[in-house]
Amino acid sequence: MKRVTTRPTPPAPIGEAVPRRDALAKVTGAAQFTVDLGMPGLAHAKVVRSPYPHARILSIDTAAARAHPGVIAVVTAADLPDVELLYGHSIADHPLIATGKVRFIGEPVVGVVAEDPVTAEEAARLVSVEYEALAYATDAEAALAEGAAILHEKPGEQRPHRGFEEDIRRTHPNVCSQSRQHWGDVESALAGAALVVEGEYRYPRCYAYAMEPYNAVASWDRGELTVWTSGQHPYMVREDLARCFHLPLASVRVIVPYVGGGYGSKSYTKVEPLTAALALRAGRPVRLALSIEESILTTRGDGATIRLRTGFDSDGRILAREATILLDSGAYAENSPLVGRKAANRLGGPYRIPALDVTCSTVYTNTVPGSSFRGFGAPQVTLAGETQLDEAAERLGIDPVELRRRNVLRPGESAWPGVRGIDADLVADLDLAADELGWAAPLPPGHGRAICLSASDAGSEPVTTSVVRVHADGSITVTCGSTEIGQGSSTVLAQIAAGEMGVPLDHVHLLQSDTSAVSFDRSTGASRTTTLMGLAIQSAARDARSQLVAWARESLATGDDEVVEMPGGVRVGDKVHGWGAVVKAWFGGAMGEAIGRGYLRRAGATEVMPPFWEVGCVGVEASVDEATGEIAVHRLVTVGDVGCAVNPQLVEAQDVGAAIMGLGMALREELVYEDGTLMNGNLFDYRVPRAPDVPEFRSVIAERGDGVGVYGAKGGGEGSLNPVAAAISNALRRGAGIELREVPFTPERVWKAIQERDRARSAAHGGHAVQGEAGT
Amino acid sequence: MHELVTIELSVNGVARSLLIEPRETLAEVLRDRLGLTGTKVSCDAQVCGACTVLVDGLAMSACTYLAVDADGRAVRTVEGLATDGVLAPVQQAFVDKAAFQCGFCTSGMLMAATALLEDNPTPTREEVVRGLEGNICRCTGYVPIVEAVLAASRAGDAAGAARIEQGSENSGGAR
Repeated sequence: MKRVTTRPTPPAPIGEAVPRRDALAKVTGAAQFTVDLGMPGLAHAKVVRSPYPHARILSIDTAAARAHPGVIAVVTAADLPDVELLYGHSIADHPLIATGKVRFIGEPVVGVVAEDPVTAEEAARLVSVEYEALAYATDAEAALAEGAAILHEKPGEQRPHRGFEEDIRRTHPNVCSQSRQHWGDVESALAGAALVVEGEYRYPRCYAYAMEPYNAVASWDRGELTVWTSGQHPYMVREDLARCFHLPLASVRVIVPYVGGGYGSKSYTKVEPLTAALALRAGRPVRLALSIEESILTTRGDGATIRLRTGFDSDGRILAREATILLDSGAYAENSPLVGRKAANRLGGPYRIPALDVTCSTVYTNTVPGSSFRGFGAPQVTLAGETQLDEAAERLGIDPVELRRRNVLRPGESAWPGVRGIDADLVADLDLAADELGWAAPLPPGHGRAICLSASDAGSEPVTTSVVRVHADGSITVTCGSTEIGQGSSTVLAQIAAGEMGVPLDHVHLLQSDTSAVSFDRSTGASRTTTLMGLAIQSAARDARSQLVAWARESLATGDDEVVEMPGGVRVGDKVHGWGAVVKAWFGGAMGEAIGRGYLRRAGATEVMPPFWEVGCVGVEASVDEATGEIAVHRLVTVGDVGCAVNPQLVEAQDVGAAIMGLGMALREELVYEDGTLMNGNLFDYRVPRAPDVPEFRSVIAERGDGVGVYGAKGGGEGSLNPVAAAISNALRRGAGIELREVPFTPERVWKAIQERDRARSAAHGGHAVQGEAGT
Repeated sequence: MHELVTIELSVNGVARSLLIEPRETLAEVLRDRLGLTGTKVSCDAQVCGACTVLVDGLAMSACTYLAVDADGRAVRTVEGLATDGVLAPVQQAFVDKAAFQCGFCTSGMLMAATALLEDNPTPTREEVVRGLEGNICRCTGYVPIVEAVLAASRAGDAAGAARIEQGSENSGGAR
């Protein structure tokens, strides 16, 4: 890891690579995940799922299942008249159990609760459902075609938690939402361009494969609901549960133990409403634990088709961009309207573009619901935008890094009117990546290099709170609604609290993600936790300190004693008192507690949206086996431009993890549908990266103190994924002379691109086959 | 009522006699009957390695290993790696290198690494990479995991270099 720092030094342990606080629990097997929880009386659920992509439910016969020994409850939509079945934080269009019809293969139709999972599974096989098959569409183009089957006869209720302000536009019965980003006069700018690059780019539907499958435990007690879940956003889940079961927010408790992987796929609500409904009917606590095959049938990333035109002047300056994006968003809205909004916002990248017009439609299809997945629209549109920059560089004879230098937004410059200026130095980042990649060094034949950028309006909404409780012995409890999903929030947030309170790290205890025990946080996603929860904790710590200083004045100072705040406590006259001593003095005994509150909202430093920009800067060196089409990535470089690395080891961990996930998506990962059926819905056929797939990796962390967060911090964790596919495509354009516009770059697609290249060269050379010219 | 059978096995050095259904997997017995939930099940199909345990020293996928087949054998799980509260070197290396994030693959990864290092105390980087090929990690990109296993190996441990010299006579497994 290389660290480039121009920011002031924050108070320790902020900025230090302290060991993860979950380390001991996780290396000894003691860490409790939702799937590990047990409790007295726990019953187990299985789900009967739709075998049809689109069908009307004619009848459901549950008699045999109900009669099966050990079965406690068999539940269909008809058994839940007291429950609001439609949920969704963006559009309430998703029935927690199929209601009248099914819209994708794998949709839950019946829930079976039994004494043990095997009995539940046996009983589930005894359920008989009669369907009338309907016409279906399993990709966005088909869903928009003339006469396509309509998935949702009427629009779902729009909900206020969708993450953007404008109303959701439904321009076609199968369009879930449409977003537009528009400024300047695109047509005249393109008409005056020296070069217009055009193309269509495709990004696949992907599965995040969080290794802990979706699972939850629900328990009712005197009309109040407690749910333990492997989810990222406990407060968002609480919202949906309260609405479904007509409960006040305070009567729903959502607790998140350790989470076995998220990557966006565990954001918002998943299996919790169904689990709670089954527990309600069973009259027992119920666990619903999905298999990985069922998890694949629960959520995926949105696939994209992007038609893009970019106009340049003869110096390679971008004049305009125009794009139409179709996102394949599956059977239900989930978070796709926000993914679509973000795709439109992020298509421009971190560049100065005088005119831009992007329309992004999210489209209902009879497939697994699309939703959040790390990068959130950015990987999709970055492929298109960055590929066109290198195509333009080639056609204009300009070095592609130089072309980017000419176009990147300078620090503070806004991508579009009213939006926060970019809080990154991208020219410097490009130079760092070029150095690590060895941009100017000679290349072996057939190898190519590329550096690509992305920019994401990140952080979601700043609606975040924290409480810092200072105890009588000087130890501190920090409560927050941010979830430890593996990213290291339990370590980073404790570091911020310790630094702000001036106490050793081991004095700080963090309590996370229990909606009845910790205060509100909107969500754990959009790379927001370090930045936004960090600010809330800083604010709470400062609130606690100011109270404690006042208490010291009141209870410890006499006469003209000066009270001076210092790290970890106060000096009164010539005596030093730790925070615990101040607490005890003020309460007049050996007990007590100071409570600091931190509120973060759209005001002050976080008024202008987005709260921060997350930039991505990735370099690769790659080559291709001309005989097989297999791509080899030889070096992968990431620049983590995070403002202030609160824990540099964890920043690097985010960057390498994101980049390798991006590599898997670029080269292999794709959910394949044929005849309405998901063909590779298991881990045999859906292949994710393994250890031998990892290239030489180099990480640079740039800290310039330019973020809105504590000591200039801003988020990371998605940026190093977003440009990976584009960087590989561009490296192979330069190294092998091939055009790759459809992710994943499978050997078959690459081989076809090689044949196309050879045909074109052959035509250019008067019909003679040309071989072995790659890279020359 | 399902037929029950008795198996006798050692789990982390403790002799156990268990009455189980023949269909039960070793993962189910460890997690549900013995409460050893450190062993995780993810793919449930012997693809991901999250459930890796050692059976008579060999790395096995507990999700597809029938518990009856463990009758008479010695099973080791992640809960058995530390001794008297002191982490095994490979565990300590995972802590030092932050070789995990969410932690769901970690138990299996540690057991696979333990099998690898017991078989080959001085692996090359390539051998570590190949040795962990059966274990998926979706968070870390594998880089810190490989570093940790190398650090835990005697080759990667400066202090351990002397031990390699000392132990070379009786370390029959070293290659």
